Amino acid sequence: MIEISPIVIFFAAIFTNNMILSNFLGMCSFIAISSEIKTSLSLGQAVTFVLTFTTLLNYLVYHYVLIPLGLEYLRYIVFIIIIAAFVQLIEMIIDRYFPALYYALGIFLPLITVNCAVLGVSLFMVIRNYSLMQSLAFGVGSGIGWTLAIVTMAGIRQKIKSAPIPKGLEGAGITLIITGLMALAFIGFSGIVVIQ
Amino acid sequence: MAGKSKKIIIQGLWKDNPVFRQILGICSALAVTNLMMNSLVMGLGLMFVTAFSELTVSLIRKWTPKHIRMMVQTLIISAYVIIVDIFLKAYFPTISTALGPYVGLIITNCIIMGRCESFAQNNPPHLSFLDGLASGAGYTIVLLAISFVRELLGFGTLFGINVLGKAWVSWTLMIMPPGAFFMLAIIIWITKNMIPEKSSKEGAKS
Repeated sequence: MIEISPIVIFFAAIFTNNMILSNFLGMCSFIAISSEIKTSLSLGQAVTFVLTFTTLLNYLVYHYVLIPLGLEYLRYIVFIIIIAAFVQLIEMIIDRYFPALYYALGIFLPLITVNCAVLGVSLFMVIRNYSLMQSLAFGVGSGIGWTLAIVTMAGIRQKIKSAPIPKGLEGAGITLIITGLMALAFIGFSGIVVIQ
Repeated sequence: MAGKSKKIIIQGLWKDNPVFRQILGICSALAVTNLMMNSLVMGLGLMFVTAFSELTVSLIRKWTPKHIRMMVQTLIISAYVIIVDIFLKAYFPTISTALGPYVGLIITNCIIMGRCESFAQNNPPHLSFLDGLASGAGYTIVLLAISFVRELLGFGTLFGINVLGKAWVSWTLMIMPPGAFFMLAIIIWITKNMIPEKSSKEGAKS
């Protein structure tokens, strides 16, 4: 595998390999939460934050604990425990020291544990054999890409609130169609860079 | 008892179908549906994991402390997912590579967690097992339906066998991400029109 610069991975994770629009990760909360710009921005920030640190932690644990012990097959359990534990820890810390931030992010933090994007980024990192810097860039980029997609979506959904939508398409249906159109638009970026 | 089992099967397959009724677990529903073979394997994998996790959760439900049950459920699910992953790697290495991280992502698939939490916690093991099978089958059917259209229009093939002939011009759009979003939206639209809201609410209550 050729070495890709972390900066390239960072931008690719935002635009061409966007977590939602090309890898379909984090769809559940994407559809449920994306009705208001403000809340989706908070959720996006929380996801970016958690993604950055869990990717880093999972990288360290995978390469310095699991591989030397020959326990690679346990990675699913280990990753999900690290993510859950990290989210709990962060929740306690910001509740104690940054109450203002807790009010903004607090309710979203438990949701993030089951957000497939978080686990997905860690799994992609293992499959694609990223180095430490590459993983970090990938984690931050994916988080920002996810935020970008959910905030844009919330903006569009606020605009179409009063539009006459066919009855069966209300809610999830129309959201999926808009996501499809957004994904089409994002394919326009694919000429810039492609990572596999 | 037979009536109850029948009701569970109908709810899992149709009335409370996890994908188009409850909009759960759609991450993987979208990602693996470009080929029918992948969808079938993914569906069977999920069916296995859901059924056995529900069985296990239901068996130990009386001894699990309430406040750590989420963690216990996650661990049970992960254990079964690892079995599926190792099995696929050993016997179907090509499909395992094609599915990539999505096998591991079965863990965060909300269908399993949702069924464990809402059904297996309060029901005896055999019914939970059946419920897991039915929900998994409902998921598999939707996956196969989406991938049928996507593979047919995108490659002109079904399960890798050429159906539409050489003259068919493939719709590249169908195998790209937007095709998946549009297809799922259409399926949700059709099924929403076929099942009136009222009857689904009655089904959920009973």
